[in-house]
Amino acid sequence: MIRLFSVRLLQAILVMVAVTAIAFVMFRFVGDPVASMVREGATQAEKDAVRVALGLDKPVAMQFANFVGQVLTGDLGTSYRYQQPVTTLLLSRLPATLELVIVATVLALSLGIPLGVLCALKPNAFLSRLTQSATLVGISMPTFVTGLLLILIFAVNLRWLPSSGRGDLVDIGLWETGFLSLSGLKSLILPSITLALFQLTLIMRLVRSEMIDVLSSDYIRFAFARGLPRPYIYGRLALRNALMPVVTVTGLQIGQLIAFAIVTETVFQWPGMGLLFTNAVGYPDVPVLAAYLLFVGFLFVMINMIVDILYTFIDPRLRTR
Amino acid sequence: MATQSLMRRLPPVSVMIASLVLLIMLILVIFAPLIAPMDPRDVASYSLMDMEIPPAFMEGGDPRFLLGTDNQGRDLVSVILFGLRISVVIGLGAVIFAAVLGVVFGLVAGFFGGMVDSIVMRVADIFVSFPTILVALLISGIARAQLSAETMLAWAPLVLIFSIAINEWVQYARTVRASTMVEIARDYVRAAKVIGLPAPRIMGRHILPNIMSSVMVIATINLAGAILTEATLSFLGAGMPPTYPSLGTLIRIGNQFLFSGLWWIAVMPATVLVILVLAVNVIGDYLRDHFNPKLMAR
Repeated sequence: MIRLFSVRLLQAILVMVAVTAIAFVMFRFVGDPVASMVREGATQAEKDAVRVALGLDKPVAMQFANFVGQVLTGDLGTSYRYQQPVTTLLLSRLPATLELVIVATVLALSLGIPLGVLCALKPNAFLSRLTQSATLVGISMPTFVTGLLLILIFAVNLRWLPSSGRGDLVDIGLWETGFLSLSGLKSLILPSITLALFQLTLIMRLVRSEMIDVLSSDYIRFAFARGLPRPYIYGRLALRNALMPVVTVTGLQIGQLIAFAIVTETVFQWPGMGLLFTNAVGYPDVPVLAAYLLFVGFLFVMINMIVDILYTFIDPRLRTR
Repeated sequence: MATQSLMRRLPPVSVMIASLVLLIMLILVIFAPLIAPMDPRDVASYSLMDMEIPPAFMEGGDPRFLLGTDNQGRDLVSVILFGLRISVVIGLGAVIFAAVLGVVFGLVAGFFGGMVDSIVMRVADIFVSFPTILVALLISGIARAQLSAETMLAWAPLVLIFSIAINEWVQYARTVRASTMVEIARDYVRAAKVIGLPAPRIMGRHILPNIMSSVMVIATINLAGAILTEATLSFLGAGMPPTYPSLGTLIRIGNQFLFSGLWWIAVMPATVLVILVLAVNVIGDYLRDHFNPKLMAR
């Protein structure tokens, strides 16, 4: 167990070093950091002063060491566009993204697991068939088209829900939340449905196939033979094992989730980190791009470790290894 | 009896419809300049007088413009045909580039094994852990910072193909590597080695033809994904510019008019995109189940 964790930790550190190196190369060599920092028509002396202030006159190895030091203390440079520290910018956008992602994931899990189980237990029921064929359309429907259609129907035509922004926010100390106001909740509906749909499809298909696999195994047949109650067999014995891969895949899909959050936030002009990132691509605001890469890399590493730990909780067999 | 066995050998109706749809789309794409009522790139061929006309089947529609016109008076049928063309070309380009990269690295990794294998596969792991859209957006941002605006315009399709393929090659590499390791233990490969044939010849002439079918299946499934990624990038403004719009760019443009009630400018290209991707997905699913049960969807 300790061996497993130390190997994982070493891998995690290696990935972080690689990502930091890429971010450093972007900061240092993409575009001209000096030109983006000084005012227009600056003299050579002014440019040199900025160059020295940024430490760009030192050897590259020194610069990298400095960069790593800065990253560790949370200093990710200054945005070209907003002229604010990138860390502050990212942190101010984090709550919006987190709220959206959490609501979408809860939605996807709470609908995906029951629907997957239903499709596995009663493959010929009307609802199962409907869900099955809907998933193929769901896969073929790009996230931004889903968002667009939802806006067209519920915001433009029916005028029920807002199409952009987060609505009224309530300051609860650490961050501003949209959960506590009516307009905030209404604003959440369309983006979270859009983001949940692709996860929902995936989770549903996975639960269905795992459930079918598990139900045909010997221990379930034995449980039926013993005459155990069906809800107990399905819920406690079968579903628990069928959920194992769901945890892994949901964890590994975090990358996809981030990617689709970027798209969803752009469609709904949701002021989260994804929108910050898309705007930075168009500008181009290199420090924000590099910082976002670092952040996502860090997130991947953390999530992978959490998934590993969760695994040992769900599957007791792994604890003894 | 004969008809029954023939029926069984035919693919399901959905696959046949999808193939037909895809065939029609390919013909439209190839002959777009001949079929399109007007050339959207030729300013003289359209006029602002015709702007914002709804589709022909709606009230206020004009029979000249089957799907209506956009804000500049361009016929949407023509604009979509040319957009479809760009989407398909970039999608195919990305798939071919990714397949070539993946096949080469997969063959090399599987054939030589050992150090070469672990280096290639670890690099592949790093690539695949970041989502395609994120990597492609980063590459687009870097390209924008490094290249001038005009160069960026000319290079946009190549940047797109590169950014999509750089992530997608891993799938081919993994499959090809696994298949190569199976093939390499077979007698015909041993014989070729004993004869003393050079490694590239064994890989290219002897192993490759035997694993090509799985490469083709992955390519079909990937085509849908590549077209979607391109559309998403263009929609986000990191893909094709409005001067050479792909379907994604057209939807991006149409998005601006959603609130003015001009829904067709966005919905028409979006519908074409969804039909295209759905058709490719249906065919890809069928090919996967039919030719390679090992790759079956879980």
